[in-house]
Amino acid sequence: MRVMGSETEYGIHAPTAPGANATMMSARVIQAYAQLTRQRAAGGAETRWDYTDEEPLHDARGWTLERGTADPEQLTDQPPVLDAEAVALAYGREELEHDGEDESGTLLMNMVLGNGARLYVDHAHPEYSSPEITNPRDAVAWDAAGDLVALAAVRRLAADPDLPPINLYKNNTDNKSVSYGSHENYLMPRSVPFGDIVRGLTPFFVTRQIICGSGRVGLAQDASRPGYQISQRADFFETEVGLETTIRRPIINTRDEPHATADKYRRLHVIIGDANLSQASNYLKFGTTAMVLSLIEAGLAPRLEVHEPVAALQAVSHDTSLTATLRLLDGRRIKALDLQWIYFEAAAKHAQDTGVADAVDGDGHTHAVLERWSATLTQLGSDRAAAASSVEWLAKLSLLDGYRERDGLEWGHARLGLVDLQWADIRPEKGLYYRLLARDRMQRIVDDAAIQRAVTEPPSDTRAYFRGRCVSRFGTDVVGASWDSVIFDVPGRGKLQRVPTREPLRGTEALTGALFARHREAGTFLSELLGLSPGS
Amino acid sequence: MAGQEQQQPQSRGTEVEEDVPAAPPAPAEGQASAATQGVDDLLDEIDGVLESNAEEFVRAFVQKGGQ
Repeated sequence: MRVMGSETEYGIHAPTAPGANATMMSARVIQAYAQLTRQRAAGGAETRWDYTDEEPLHDARGWTLERGTADPEQLTDQPPVLDAEAVALAYGREELEHDGEDESGTLLMNMVLGNGARLYVDHAHPEYSSPEITNPRDAVAWDAAGDLVALAAVRRLAADPDLPPINLYKNNTDNKSVSYGSHENYLMPRSVPFGDIVRGLTPFFVTRQIICGSGRVGLAQDASRPGYQISQRADFFETEVGLETTIRRPIINTRDEPHATADKYRRLHVIIGDANLSQASNYLKFGTTAMVLSLIEAGLAPRLEVHEPVAALQAVSHDTSLTATLRLLDGRRIKALDLQWIYFEAAAKHAQDTGVADAVDGDGHTHAVLERWSATLTQLGSDRAAAASSVEWLAKLSLLDGYRERDGLEWGHARLGLVDLQWADIRPEKGLYYRLLARDRMQRIVDDAAIQRAVTEPPSDTRAYFRGRCVSRFGTDVVGASWDSVIFDVPGRGKLQRVPTREPLRGTEALTGALFARHREAGTFLSELLGLSPGS
Repeated sequence: MAGQEQQQPQSRGTEVEEDVPAAPPAPAEGQASAATQGVDDLLDEIDGVLESNAEEFVRAFVQKGGQ
């Protein structure tokens, strides 16, 4: 349907080591996974990140923020400065052990995985950025694969008697006024005016949460008001459009860092979504948004504007009965559910007209997204109990309601806060989402085997295939990689060889699978790839 | 389409009666209690999984800022 990707920042907590440094703990998570992949791939399947093409200060509206005026947290184009010496100074030398360092004495903060994903320390959280995928089914599989990657690291740390166990949570807030993100990325042609994207997406994003919000106990950023709301993130948004992602969060983020041929593409960086454990919610999050972007590109987005979108976003999140109405700029009032129906109708018609939804000749995904989208909206209007097996905020709410009824708990009760937090624990034996999944109370979009495969296998139909295969096949000779490059250091060659991958739909299995099959060594592989004579 | 969906709660109830005219109330109650039983089982299971000392655990979960 479209080149897309997900990013998940995990909440991190060491219950037996309160006050432990979050960046240090996050680095331990990355380190633990690096040790595992070293065991799996003889040559070592971890690779450094190449920061050359990071442009966090480029604004999609056409300008670049001055470095000096940027918040330090916006400078994501430089490696985090946390070498062993700095950590030792800050936290005491006993915190360091030899295992926690790589050969150069620096904590490993950044990995490229054999499935094409990136695993790294972002601010004070471990983050998994999925490989590029082209449809919402694959988005679900490779996003859920990230949860298994995180789980593998958690297990390894738990087995180490010298380290405190670390829990990871796939959620977006600590309910004490801090939020961390789960982002989506969508490739778009640069020719689409950014103003059209803002106008077309804002009403959709204000209301999309009713199908893919994860639910949250507590209202307001610090959860100071008791209650339940649809979205983890809504209360943390303060503006309509902007460049920042950690402060003054905007509904539409303007970071213009295409990680691809810049005059052809933009990468729309979406920061408003909740992290989803529910596969059905995650599937709809990517599938519906991709379809709405197609509408915008065709100039067919519904023409309506929500009055005060930030306030409306929060009002929708706080209205679990789905009965409140939003005011539009033209004076109409409309329910969030009906606004979603308007987008659905427009997307369905466009898909019909272009043929992508055709059951036989279509793209194989749009038809299924439309079916699930309309079924979910129908259930939200008339059969919420049925929707609780797919819509994450309703699944969590039904569990919370069970506790409220059985134990007579008010919303401010700590046990309900714990249910909310532990819903997102990524360990299947502790995570409450996983307990419901085990009882078949949550729908599956992809089976466990497909998710397990996605931990080690890259998607076949994007450049992530090339990146992932390079890392798992030639790990020892790959010294760096990023979304749009793989850097080789082949013995016997004088200089580093940087292979650019600036076209997201090249480097696929169809285009490079035979090349990988022909070569066991990086040297001959590169020679054929780059048209060099062997040994040059 | 949207308007029709809004009215479904009532029409749905009548549809069910027409589709299953002979359905006596007893099975429905049976299903309801089975569902309640399912929820009770689930809550019992989750009681055993929840971290002990909810208040302290939730209070200690403090994160630094992220994106």
